[in-house]
Amino acid sequence: MALLETVNLKRYFGETRAVDNVSLTIDEGEFVSVVGPNGAGKTSLCNVVSGNLMAESGQIMFKGVDVTHATAPERVKAGIARSFQLVNLFDDLTAFDNVSLAIFSRDDKTRNLAKLAHLDEAVSAEADGILGQFGLAAKRNELARDLAQGERKLLDVALAYALRPKLLFLDEPTSGVSTRDKGQIMDTIAAVVRRDRLTAVIIEHDMDVVFKYSDRIVVMHQGAVLAQGTPDAIRTNEQVALILLGSSGPDAFSRKE
Amino acid sequence: MNPAAHTEVSVTRTSIAAVAILIGLAVLPYVIDIYQVQLLTYGLIFAIAALGFNLLLGSTGLLSFGHSAYFGVGAYTVAFMVRDLGTVSMELCIIGGVIGTTIIAALFGYVCVRYTRIFFGILTLALSQVIWSLAFKFFWVTGGTDGIRVPGRGMTLLAGLIDFKGSGAFQKFVFSYYYYVLVIFAVVAALMWVIVHSPFGMALKAIRDNEVRARFVGLSVRRYRWFAFIISGAFTGLAGALWVPLNGLTTPDILYWPFSGEIVFMTVLGGFRTFTGPIVGAIAFNYLKTYAVASSAYWQLVLGVVLVVLVLVLPNGIIGTAQQLFRKLRRH
Repeated sequence: MALLETVNLKRYFGETRAVDNVSLTIDEGEFVSVVGPNGAGKTSLCNVVSGNLMAESGQIMFKGVDVTHATAPERVKAGIARSFQLVNLFDDLTAFDNVSLAIFSRDDKTRNLAKLAHLDEAVSAEADGILGQFGLAAKRNELARDLAQGERKLLDVALAYALRPKLLFLDEPTSGVSTRDKGQIMDTIAAVVRRDRLTAVIIEHDMDVVFKYSDRIVVMHQGAVLAQGTPDAIRTNEQVALILLGSSGPDAFSRKE
Repeated sequence: MNPAAHTEVSVTRTSIAAVAILIGLAVLPYVIDIYQVQLLTYGLIFAIAALGFNLLLGSTGLLSFGHSAYFGVGAYTVAFMVRDLGTVSMELCIIGGVIGTTIIAALFGYVCVRYTRIFFGILTLALSQVIWSLAFKFFWVTGGTDGIRVPGRGMTLLAGLIDFKGSGAFQKFVFSYYYYVLVIFAVVAALMWVIVHSPFGMALKAIRDNEVRARFVGLSVRRYRWFAFIISGAFTGLAGALWVPLNGLTTPDILYWPFSGEIVFMTVLGGFRTFTGPIVGAIAFNYLKTYAVASSAYWQLVLGVVLVVLVLVLPNGIIGTAQQLFRKLRRH
């Protein structure tokens, strides 16, 4: 069943067609990767779907409801959460408070100004649980700004996860981290996503990561969807190999690896 | 240590410190002269204003240059009630002052929170000047530059239980009013402490730190800023309402932009990143200004130099710097 459906979605920046007539369906429980060269429109698509940018035309249906004109907070409440390519945290709050805040917001408790936040034991327990799932339990009392890059990336995803979304958009969750940390971060994210049967859309450049974790891959080029299919289908797609790697042939991705 | 236990310790420590300070403040009038009691009362009133102001600056990251408007509206509402309605009950005056200020803060805030940074600051300044010009020009209503007299001795406290008639009325008023303000200050400070540490306060800090991410955890940024603006204005209006009987007179000066600057000065002096900073800053600023005015014709120069030194040497303010030093000493 389609969780998200975009119909002829468009977002231009002057002459640049960042998102050009994108019609895409994401089914419930899928792990979809969106790939493409720099400037292909991957992050713009994420921005338009999450409400960071408004679509110029087209339609975004989420759980059968038109959310095209909804604000970002309204889409969050509807069940769309995202992380960011450049880590986006509350730097002067601790890791624990970052996650707690997301939980308070999800439960509409941020309007409460008559109770001390840390006295909410249910929220505290859940926040600690989430930090544990993302391997950040030892860092709970550290300010977000003091965390290492890999930890910040994980906390960024943990914040989105704490909202208990139906659809999780992850914009390059492993960018800017070491190759060793990359695998660990992706394993952590994939474990959480699979266990909770979340629908995840991940924007990623690293094709090893993409082939390893994805149920389906969407390839974007110049704002439009160039191809989509299973990892095996994309691996053998010569046009995709030419766009992504600059070389084609049946074993282009293997040679690159 | 689990967070609840950690918070219990923190609440206990804060409560013990607060009670110790309040006991000290309660004993003080017995060891200082009446003029000093008056100065301290002014200091506590300004501390309430600075606490309100700092909900916007310290917690929400919005620098208002127009808080004189809310202080002044609180003061003028009380003045109108006393002059035109014959109200003598301080409690009724406070209720009227806070309601009047809340309405103005809600209206001004609705406009201002659509903008941030310098645009927000300029807009708050411009709107406060509108109120000032109304007080200045509509002299048949506001008394113009002569202002409106509100003699403190004509007021009653605690629903008429305490009045100030007969001999020694002035001393009795100053003494009683100090304790009246002290109790309100204690309640207001406790209330603000809870607000700042509540989920609402946490949301404000999140918006201050990262507005974009705040939207993506589902917070309606503008709405939260507006609520913070209204609360901030109401606290400052309460301070204005308390100030006018002590001062005995309200004039348009209290609505003019330099007073907004003084509220900013108080908060920065104490340290706007700490809860107690604005309290200490307001009391210290009140003494600083009073003695600078008394000792030099160039008192503005003295305050200017202090402000420059403050920004260059103590950017975290008195309390912020003290906390830094304390942390360093603990490490060694």
